[in-house]
Amino acid sequence: MSDMAMLNSGAENPVDEMVLLRHRNIPDIDQLSVYLSNGGFAAFEKAVREWAPAKVTEEVKASGLRGRGGAGFPTGMKWSFLPDKIWPHYVVANADESEPGTFKDREIMEKNPYQFLEGLMIAAYAVQAGTAYIYLRGEFWPVAQKLDACIAELERAGLLGSNLLGSSYSLRLYTHLGAGAYVCGEESALLESLEGKMGQPRLRPPFPAVAGLYNKPTLINNVETLTNLPPIIKNGAAWYRGFGTEKSPGVKIFSLSGRVKRPGNYELPLGATFRHLIYDLGGGIPGGRPIKAIMPAGASSSLIKASDVALDTAMDYEAVATLGSTLGSASVIVLDDTVNMKWLLQKTLAFFRHESCGKCTPCREGTYWMSLIADRMASGKGRSDDAALLGSVAGQIKGKCLCPLGEFSLTAVQTALSLFPEDFAA
Amino acid sequence: MPKLVNLTINHTRVTVPEGTLIVDAAKEAGINIPVFCYHPKMEPVGMCRMCLVDVARPVIDRATGQPVLEADGAPKLSFGPKLETACTTPVSEGMLVVEDSPKVTAARKDILEFLLTSHPLDCPICDKGGECPLQNLTLGYGPTESRFDFADKLHHAKRVPLGELIFLDRERCIQCGRCVRFQEKIAGDPVIGFYQRGRKLEIQTQTQPGFDSIFSGNTSDICPVGALTTADFRFGARPWEMEAHPSICAQCAVGCNIVFNTKREARSEGGMAIKRVMPRQNEAVNEIWLCDKGRFGYHYLQSGERLTRPMIRQNGELVPVSWETATDTIVERLKTGRSGLTVLAGGRLANEDLFNLKRLADAEHGKTLFYTHMGGGDLTGQVGLAPGSNLATLGKGDAVLVVASDLHEEAPIWWLRLKQAAARGASLVVLNPRATRLDDFAAISQRYHYGRVMDALAALFAGEAGQVLSQAANLVIFFGSEGLGVDGSQAVAQACANLLIRTGHTGRPNNGLVGVWSEPNAQGAWELGYRPAKNLTAELAEAHVTLVAGADPAGDDPALAETLQQSEFLVVADLFMTETAKRANVVLPALPYSEREGSFTSGERRVQRFTAALPPREKAHTEAMIAARVAARLGLKIEESLPVVFEKLAAETPAFTGLSFDRLAETHPQKPLLSREDLYYSGTAYENTAGLGCTLALTGSPAEAEPVTPELPAPVENALLAVPITRLYDRSSTLVHSSSILGQRMIGAEVWLNPQDAAERGLSAGAEIEIHLKSANWPVKVVINADVPAGAALLPRSVGIPAFELAALEI
Amino acid sequence: MNTLAEKYPQDIKRILAKYPPEQKRSAIMPLLFLAQRETGQVSPEAVQEIASMLAVSTTEITSVMGFYTLFHDHPGGRYRLQVCHDLSCALNGAETFLEQLCRHLGIEEGQTTSDGLFTIEAVPCLAACDKGPVFQLQGDGEIVYYEKQTLESAKALLETLRQRAAGEVTP
Ligand SMILES: Cc1cc2nc3c(=O)[nH]c(=O)nc-3n(C[C@H](O)[C@H](O)[C@H](O)COP(=O)(O)O)c2cc1C
Ligand code: SF4
Ligand code: FES
Repeated sequence: MSDMAMLNSGAENPVDEMVLLRHRNIPDIDQLSVYLSNGGFAAFEKAVREWAPAKVTEEVKASGLRGRGGAGFPTGMKWSFLPDKIWPHYVVANADESEPGTFKDREIMEKNPYQFLEGLMIAAYAVQAGTAYIYLRGEFWPVAQKLDACIAELERAGLLGSNLLGSSYSLRLYTHLGAGAYVCGEESALLESLEGKMGQPRLRPPFPAVAGLYNKPTLINNVETLTNLPPIIKNGAAWYRGFGTEKSPGVKIFSLSGRVKRPGNYELPLGATFRHLIYDLGGGIPGGRPIKAIMPAGASSSLIKASDVALDTAMDYEAVATLGSTLGSASVIVLDDTVNMKWLLQKTLAFFRHESCGKCTPCREGTYWMSLIADRMASGKGRSDDAALLGSVAGQIKGKCLCPLGEFSLTAVQTALSLFPEDFAA
Repeated sequence: MPKLVNLTINHTRVTVPEGTLIVDAAKEAGINIPVFCYHPKMEPVGMCRMCLVDVARPVIDRATGQPVLEADGAPKLSFGPKLETACTTPVSEGMLVVEDSPKVTAARKDILEFLLTSHPLDCPICDKGGECPLQNLTLGYGPTESRFDFADKLHHAKRVPLGELIFLDRERCIQCGRCVRFQEKIAGDPVIGFYQRGRKLEIQTQTQPGFDSIFSGNTSDICPVGALTTADFRFGARPWEMEAHPSICAQCAVGCNIVFNTKREARSEGGMAIKRVMPRQNEAVNEIWLCDKGRFGYHYLQSGERLTRPMIRQNGELVPVSWETATDTIVERLKTGRSGLTVLAGGRLANEDLFNLKRLADAEHGKTLFYTHMGGGDLTGQVGLAPGSNLATLGKGDAVLVVASDLHEEAPIWWLRLKQAAARGASLVVLNPRATRLDDFAAISQRYHYGRVMDALAALFAGEAGQVLSQAANLVIFFGSEGLGVDGSQAVAQACANLLIRTGHTGRPNNGLVGVWSEPNAQGAWELGYRPAKNLTAELAEAHVTLVAGADPAGDDPALAETLQQSEFLVVADLFMTETAKRANVVLPALPYSEREGSFTSGERRVQRFTAALPPREKAHTEAMIAARVAARLGLKIEESLPVVFEKLAAETPAFTGLSFDRLAETHPQKPLLSREDLYYSGTAYENTAGLGCTLALTGSPAEAEPVTPELPAPVENALLAVPITRLYDRSSTLVHSSSILGQRMIGAEVWLNPQDAAERGLSAGAEIEIHLKSANWPVKVVINADVPAGAALLPRSVGIPAFELAALEI
Repeated sequence: MNTLAEKYPQDIKRILAKYPPEQKRSAIMPLLFLAQRETGQVSPEAVQEIASMLAVSTTEITSVMGFYTLFHDHPGGRYRLQVCHDLSCALNGAETFLEQLCRHLGIEEGQTTSDGLFTIEAVPCLAACDKGPVFQLQGDGEIVYYEKQTLESAKALLETLRQRAAGEVTP
């Protein structure tokens, strides 16, 4: 299958003007001078000089921006949950990007870092945080090096530090590396990790907005979410709503991977169809094979059985839900007809078994057990009742876990079993 | 008063304070929601998911904010999309909790099946078998057969010594984290932790020695499975084969409530033996905790070296005789003696013993002396804690002062409770010459030079700390004897008593002076009128008939040994052939407290009763009995029956007025509710059905008095200042040495030096040297510790070096 | 004793400056990375040193180490090749690539070559799903992504690394 690798040409968008992946239009935008000369930090300057923090939040609310980390929670609303009686506030950028199939934040941070940092700074200003951390997965060590250099550059340029732009607002940014744990993408586990502990999720409530990092009000946003902010503040909420749909406004990066000719990140307005992404942009399936299923949200997706209806469904938060799945972080993994679901479950379950933090019983024991069953099914040693047992164990986990990871582990299982029973016939 | 909330659990209506967790509310209603990770003494973590229940809440109309009503007028309820953990969800008004539905029962079965997938199912050889929550719940709710392949079971190491005291069976561990959380949050020793993640999660420790915490034994109680077992009890007995006898720990002045579990066994020639010590819930004393010394240090009670028969000296040798002969010998001596009986008693004796011995001495124109290295107990009797006191209720607005004591070492459970009081907001002020583990929680901690405690106290009272203490709503002062002798600690106690009196912190619950004694009944001795001699050597030299009970002055101090060697007539009642006993004319085998009943008065002035856990060894008697027998031969009437003795004592001692063994045995419901048949709450701690004890009344009208500061030793060139300190794993008046299990942690003769002082003398850690003290040489091992102030040489007590107050020491 | 403090005073200062002074514990992970920068492994002495530097117990440090897969308490090869074998990469030949690479080095996944140079590990998604097969090379204090790999490209890299190592031995 090594010929497959040759097909992975650097995917380019056919759209002219990128909102998030601006480096594809503007060479060297990862240089501060280039970023500045292309309108960089105008939004931050506008916010700090002209707008009260609350006005920034209002504008973001009005833009309809929703979290790009997976849950799709309205961003501006999340900001407004931070109580202004408890200080200090912290902002944490979630750059853990560990969901299999997701690789958008890395491209942003590597190629268009200043826009992300400016977004982070705008968020920090809006909630009046004096310190913000960027939590990167440990494997992003080179990315962190780059961001550290950018931060140093910003400090030299007077864009970070004390009394910014003549105001009384001061801000420091720091990177912090994780060390190989998917669960640390979950925001409360991320905070534990940032506090120097095992990355096990916390009980909620209290939510991080009230008691987060060091037990202080903390705003956590995904890298892509934050990268949307400079253009929103600069061009206004109405401009942003010009993209996407009524309930899912704006642009989104779709990470396309799996059995497709041109995998890569594609920036599209929310509401573009799967067909457009997979066939028009992604070039379709290698060898012209039929598509079997789509995982729209990485390994934790509920499977979508490919059909014309499915392919013509809009990729926004609401429409994908009508297919019994979720948009999540829009990590679209394409499966063709050669992919057997036993193999797929073996893969996803091996991942979740490896990543279960072990804090709660159903996920710790359930992912282990499911993975054992999937292993023996995939290796041809399965028993006649294994599919039923697997489904039963998945059902037994459902609704009982402490954090969503446990639930994530069983969505593919349950949908594969129900949508593709033929793959499990003994 | 907190707001009350009404809810329904199954069909039972319950009213509990706002903020109560569902699991605790259910318990109030007698409904036991199964739990594993939840423990009422710790913050909930919601990890194990065993406690899932179905919760419905009233539907609120968004527009009006009012509850939506059903057609029949009842509030409309709506169940959540998922089951909720009862251990993390607080109750709310109008809530309905369903925990007996098929859905909930199925969820319990699901979770149990998960837990059992990796469990070795070795109940038949597990120490926890019979008192195991996992076993009980599996019987109650678990799957009947396993769908999990036995061959797939993950195998882990089964007998991992976390230290020499606690063993871990990694296969039995269900990762509930109770032990880890206990160590971090309650014991303050985060020395065990999880390692790895997911299914590979396991418990580990990295300390040297392993599991380095003096509270480690508690983890085996609260472990809800048989994963953590004590080296002491492992494979010792099956829980259902044992009898439970309520008692009181005698290792320090805290008075922790315990249970002796006993069993008949071949090793004891078919006799009964103590198999383990377990905590008994007393929220006003030890909650459900014990320190490791209390838990593991009991072996001396059944040591083979115990005295078994009376002996008298004939031709220079001690020879066994009958009790009659021994008693006759004493009585003859008393009758022919020119005058009186001098009783020298230690704080290990029970109240009843002390009382009877005193009556005997009084009748014989004699005197009673208290053998102690610490003074001030006359003051704790006047300005000590009043009835109704409970350290667990100290919090914001209250203050605690600790002077000259390392509580973590000297009274671990008090340390634990003050740590919690500080966490609740009480201001902790610590005054000690060196850092101790109490400093971590102290609002103010100040140092002074050994020997300068009175100045330091005066300065402290005059400063900011004085403000904090004077203005506190409640003030408790703990004073110890670090670097102090009897007179020094007496002076400290007086200064503290003066402050309490001056600031009105006396005669009320949660106010007063507490002595950090090293014996279980030192406070009782003071209350019963025992006082230390001004000059013990002189008193002993003058005495005609001396009776030493529960003390080993000759073992402590060569000078006293010399004096006792010369005594006219020495009678010793003890458990062992002590140095003092070796010099006696008559040696009487005493009964340890585990083989008799009686009462101790704790440092908090709580009188608590203990019962006999084992039948008495045939030839031993209580000191109370000895006194009564001797009295009878002299034609005096002194009661023998201990309950009657106690009644007499109560009638004659104002502080004890109205008390009786029955009163001491009274209980009332304690919060949190635990230690019932549903042992998955507390683990294996025992419910207290044998009595919570009673705090003594305060008598007399305390008045301030000028403290008498003892002189400092004359400075000697190049000498260090010898400083007596108290350590936990010492030999506690020769008793704990026979606990082989604690052997590794027991201290020997050692001297602690500051690194600088050690370097100047070319000494390295562990060096075996001789020190010169009190005109004799003593072999000791060097310990180097940066917390030791320059110029000081710390000498732990009760390891055979006569360090009882500051003195010059040469190396 | 204080090897980290002596070797990396500047880095330690910079790391500690990131967190509020009363939240020093946050520095555990960065300090662990620092400790394994040179040898790819955190020694027990380093654990001790970090524990005392941050006033936490050694057990707490090892708990953190044990939870995260990027910390190592025993030696691996000088270079760790962490090959993603997760879903998207596997759909693009990563499993075959991993197998070939192992066969080329004569070791199994998780093992280290006898010369101590290379360890091959199969790891979950590296966020390079459009560029599989992909691996991360950890070693010499750096982490570098190698994307769109073939056995040939990997072989060439291994050769370069071998030469780098050999070059150090012969002055
Ligand atoms: C198991 C798990 C893994 C997650 N991983 C990530 C991640 O890698 N990156 C991310 O931004 N959000 C991740 N999330 C979502 C975060 O918890 C959180 O919702 C998000 O960072 C919020 O940012 P947003 O509102 O900007 O989306 C994860 C959630 C779960 C439950
Ligand atoms: S669901 Fe899994 S990852 Fe989440 S807390 Fe439970 S064990 Fe940890
Ligand atoms: S989750 Fe409630 S008892 Fe464990």
